[in-house]
Amino acid sequence: MRQFLYALATLASHWRRRPGQFAALFVGLAIATALWSGVAALNDQARRSYDHAAGALGLGASPSLVAASGGFFVQDMFIALRRAGWKVSPILEGTIRLGDKSYRLVGVEPLTLPKISSAKMPTGEALNDFLGPPGRALAAPQTLRALGLAMGATPRIGDADRLPPLAIAEDLSPGMIVVDIGVAQRLLHRPARLSRLLIAEEPAPDAPALAAVIGEALRRVEADEAPELAKLTDSFHLNLTAFGLLAYVVGLFIAHASFGLAFEQRLPIIRTLRAIGASLRALTFALIAELTLLALLAGVAGMIGGYLIAAALLPDMAASLEGLYGAELDGALGLAPSWWISGIGMALIGAVIAAASGLVKTLRLPVLAIAQPFAWREAQRHWLYRQAALAALALLGAAAALLLGEGLEAGFVSMAGLLLGAALALPLPLAAMLRLGERRARGPLTKWFFADALQQLPGLSLALMALLLALSTNIGVGSMVEGFRRTFAQWLDQRLVAEIYFEAASETDAHRIETWLARREDVAAILPLCKAKTTRRASAIETAWPVEIVGAPPHETFSAHFPLLETRADAWGSVARGDAALVSEQLARRLRLELGSHLNIPTPTGDWRVEIVGLYPDYGAAKGQLRVDRDALVSRWPDARKLDYMLRAKAESAPDVMLALQSEFGAGVARIIDQAALKQRSMTIFERTFAVTAALDALTLVVSAIALFASLTTLAAARTPQLAPLWAAGVSRRSLSLLEFVRVTLFAAATALVSVPLGLALAYDLVAIVNVRAFGWRLPFHVFPSQWLEVFALALLTAALAALLPIRRLARIAPASLLAVFANER
Amino acid sequence: MSVMSAARDAAVNGALLRVTGLSKSYRGPQGPLPVLRGVDLALAAGTSLALMGESGSGKSTLLHLVAGLDHADSGAIRIDDVEVTKLDDDGRAALRRKTLGVVFQQFNLVPSLTVGDNLALQARLAGRYDCDWRDALADRLGLSALLDRYPEQLSGGQQQRVAVGRALAPRPRLLLADEPTGNLDEATGDAVLDLLLELSATAGAAVLMVTHSALLAAKLDRRATLAGGRLAL
Repeated sequence: MRQFLYALATLASHWRRRPGQFAALFVGLAIATALWSGVAALNDQARRSYDHAAGALGLGASPSLVAASGGFFVQDMFIALRRAGWKVSPILEGTIRLGDKSYRLVGVEPLTLPKISSAKMPTGEALNDFLGPPGRALAAPQTLRALGLAMGATPRIGDADRLPPLAIAEDLSPGMIVVDIGVAQRLLHRPARLSRLLIAEEPAPDAPALAAVIGEALRRVEADEAPELAKLTDSFHLNLTAFGLLAYVVGLFIAHASFGLAFEQRLPIIRTLRAIGASLRALTFALIAELTLLALLAGVAGMIGGYLIAAALLPDMAASLEGLYGAELDGALGLAPSWWISGIGMALIGAVIAAASGLVKTLRLPVLAIAQPFAWREAQRHWLYRQAALAALALLGAAAALLLGEGLEAGFVSMAGLLLGAALALPLPLAAMLRLGERRARGPLTKWFFADALQQLPGLSLALMALLLALSTNIGVGSMVEGFRRTFAQWLDQRLVAEIYFEAASETDAHRIETWLARREDVAAILPLCKAKTTRRASAIETAWPVEIVGAPPHETFSAHFPLLETRADAWGSVARGDAALVSEQLARRLRLELGSHLNIPTPTGDWRVEIVGLYPDYGAAKGQLRVDRDALVSRWPDARKLDYMLRAKAESAPDVMLALQSEFGAGVARIIDQAALKQRSMTIFERTFAVTAALDALTLVVSAIALFASLTTLAAARTPQLAPLWAAGVSRRSLSLLEFVRVTLFAAATALVSVPLGLALAYDLVAIVNVRAFGWRLPFHVFPSQWLEVFALALLTAALAALLPIRRLARIAPASLLAVFANER
Repeated sequence: MSVMSAARDAAVNGALLRVTGLSKSYRGPQGPLPVLRGVDLALAAGTSLALMGESGSGKSTLLHLVAGLDHADSGAIRIDDVEVTKLDDDGRAALRRKTLGVVFQQFNLVPSLTVGDNLALQARLAGRYDCDWRDALADRLGLSALLDRYPEQLSGGQQQRVAVGRALAPRPRLLLADEPTGNLDEATGDAVLDLLLELSATAGAAVLMVTHSALLAAKLDRRATLAGGRLAL
């Protein structure tokens, strides 16, 4: 124990002399842990929110009955089923707008709710308040905070209605407001209508069958059949996890480089300790204890950093998930004990991975051999060959995953293999370049420059690998996002051609508005849309994925502008005839539909067989979509929603039309939006969707800059003996500093060059494989040479910044320090 | 006196160090390169021996073998009654910690510890730290005013004095010194050696010292020369 403690104290005293190295090591581990645990906190938070949302009122946990044709059904069916002995509870769901945000309004009947749901409802006096007039609107504390309202407030919905007094219900998910069913029917303008019946208890064996009571109007949806947010958003979280892992690996590169150098620099101390009698066992325990202590300290710091990162990114991620999937997240970050344990565990694992090779090499080298200068680096040189073999294995793995794998995970494996393989192989082309330079060099100083750079390569290679990963990720993700931005903007321009979009509050309002619009000369065209929904398992739609069917009238607005990926000749004519449909890319991939395929759409009036005559992109949509002729849809789906309109008008008269519409019909217009605002909103959602990705991308680059800085700083201390002979031979300190600067920028430039093809391969993997498997749509592959130049400049800037301090120190080094090299020469 | 008779005398008188038939060769490009060929050596407690020879004659190798820092091909090394060549790594470390003091030409101080901590390091590892003895050593070595400094702030002579003090702090039975004055000028080297011998005598330690210098060797009780892998007095 005594030996162990003194050995530990002696080894740890090294850090006091090299605080910069300790900082690099600490920061490397802390950053790795921070980025990983930050992403883990975001993922945990999202999953908790989904569970919360699914568990709230047990709406997703209980089987239910829904309209076979989608949409709403009459309340009489509930009464008929209750009378027949079915323990069902009515639910009406809809969306209301409070201020500038939408909320999910759920109407319930608390006395008949299933146990899992009724347990979350108020009891006693509060239940009486809920049921009796004016009723209560239950909401989570976060919802009240978001609304800026206190309990008892009665916010206005539109112009005419108000919510009942607000009351807090802790268990509800944010964004959900629960009222009595009667109140919901009034507020949503759905008198005597329901959206589903929760099955509180399975019907008794002697109860009449569903069909015997209400015919084919309702169908049963099992609890697990409902599309789950967690499943929908899995891809997004996998994406985030991959980023977190990448940042973790880059952080470990820093830690590994720092550990390696620390072991090298402490070899004399270890040798001395061994020579004066410290046993190998005591030294081993001391090194492991030091490592553990460091990992714990850095782990805790990393966890705090992770929490801050997660807190900073949570609003963007919430916006991403809302934009992509309509999923709502809790606004406040909660941290589970498992998050702490896994974070500290990752720090410990990271420390072991980063230090293992150095530790093993240190302990296995004989006492006398470790006193040899640069023994560790010599060993590193042999490691390069093994590294090349590992690189080949990683690249083979990537190719195998690409060719043989199918799922999203295989896409990520191929990406990870590609990145890892390329990073491990990086020192080989760099060494070849330097050898070539050395052979071609004529002057003695140039020859020394290349030879010396070659000798420095093993010490810098880890930092350069980290830089390569960061730069290529920057290029890859940047290409994908920029490509997507351009495609998306173009797609919006084509898709949002109409000047005005509005939604009527009811079908009666819709008719009134339509008649009024037809009389206006400044309205060029009124394009009524109608929408229906199906999730039914049918002959062709073998999926529980929600599918929306949109009916649009035949019009030049669509045939001339609507963006299509693939189309048959006269596709719009076929659609107008009522026997053809256009299908969204996501749905086409999911159902393996192509041009000429036929699809049976289940409708309330029987199956509708349509031919697929076109595929269109529907970026960011969480649902599958089919577009058909409006009249054809209405004839088969009498109950379809007929509230949405597109209006064509001259751009300059659009504001007048909108103003007139609102003043004429007031609450009869549920929502009105002009094209410019819609584009703006869509682009905002898009930008926020990729905000998390961009933030992680930038953080990875920062981490790699720290890696380079740490390596250069620690190497700088060992540079003096190599530079002193040149100084003695007449090369000025300024020239030596300049050469050092050129050396670092040369490494960075070469790494940036390698990062371009690697980044493009990554972009292709993201666009053509990962994105398609995750989201169901494929983006065109764009190349942005200006972005490469940016990355190249960024690499040089990173290297220059990282090299600045060590080079400044070298330029100002006192001649006495250089002379000391000769004084201590052996 | 021949080496064999010295060994016999030492054995009779209870030798502290006894080396018999020690051989060691290194692997070279043309096959094994023998350095030591059956070396015999004995050293009684409290005595000193200078080990001389040309560069590459195996002096340092012999010292490293005695210190348990390297493995012999054959032969035996006994220190007190302990067979060094049969000890495992932990055993050899314990021997160095408790029985030996080693002084190298390159000082090998721990740069991140102060002079005071460097002086105490081995004694602490051995569990024999004696503050008064450390202070006495520091005083005698002229280091009392430098205890809070770091090695890099000292001259070469001062650093070697710290190394000597560190080796003597646990009161070793045998002090092994590998050209301890090789890095110092003649006057400083002389002074350091005088101190080393004086303090070793005070501590009751035997001294085995490798040196090139006949002048320095003359200060020790006996001299032996390694040539062709064999030892001659």
